[in-house]
Amino acid sequence: MAQVEIANKMVDVTEEGYLTDPSQWNEDIARAIAEEIGISLTDKHMEVVMFLREKQAQGEALTIRKVGKSGIVDIKGLYKLFPGGPLKFSSKIAGIPKPVSCV
Amino acid sequence: MTKEENPLQKVCIICAKGTIEDVYATLVLANGAVMEGIEAKVFFTFFGLDAITKKQMNKLHTGTIGNPAMRMPGGLPFPSLLGALPGVEAGVSTMMKSQMEKLDIPPVDEFLEMITAGGGEIYACKLAMDMFKLKQDDLWEDVSGVLTVGDFYGMCGGTNTQIIFT
Repeated sequence: MAQVEIANKMVDVTEEGYLTDPSQWNEDIARAIAEEIGISLTDKHMEVVMFLREKQAQGEALTIRKVGKSGIVDIKGLYKLFPGGPLKFSSKIAGIPKPVSCV
Repeated sequence: MTKEENPLQKVCIICAKGTIEDVYATLVLANGAVMEGIEAKVFFTFFGLDAITKKQMNKLHTGTIGNPAMRMPGGLPFPSLLGALPGVEAGVSTMMKSQMEKLDIPPVDEFLEMITAGGGEIYACKLAMDMFKLKQDDLWEDVSGVLTVGDFYGMCGGTNTQIIFT
């Protein structure tokens, strides 16, 4: 675990850059992490991100299937929003731990 | 986990068996690949074709005979003779599917949709199709093609590609 500065704020992150404390997150941090991945955040991205944060706070295991059934975006759309990492990148941007699910 | 310098780029997965565990191993590997941004091509052959045959795909079973890893709920041994009784295989299979559903693992058709949504490609083996007298119409709609093994190998080139036989 290390401390880094993202969007002018000191946050705790894992070696892979996932925030360890979701409460340190804000939208500027989300934008900065997304930019580093190469994604420019739209409202749709933010809807997914907020959905993931909510589910994570409720202690639910996150899967792309769950996002696909959320009514926000289907799985194909989710891949378009976060190419190469539909759950991994979205979770990183959402400031929640790296997903441990295989689906 | 440190970043791999020379990451895997493509997996070509071959599934030749039609039990729940063989098919799901294949689907989890393929889905896991596309979720990591790794290209995935899946080739179903022999009994594995059941996984992409409309009539069979959501009715897969697990074998209850000759499987020494099979246990009763609670961990007691599962006698092979019990596995031979009518209805036991179906019951065990239903139980396995309900356990998977609890972990958000979808039925076969939905799982295949998830894989193709991520850009994964699904293929059927021509030889096995001929052997089982199957036609393209019998297959799940989004199968990308019916291939010979040579065609499939033709797709398995490129650096950092692995062929996986489940």
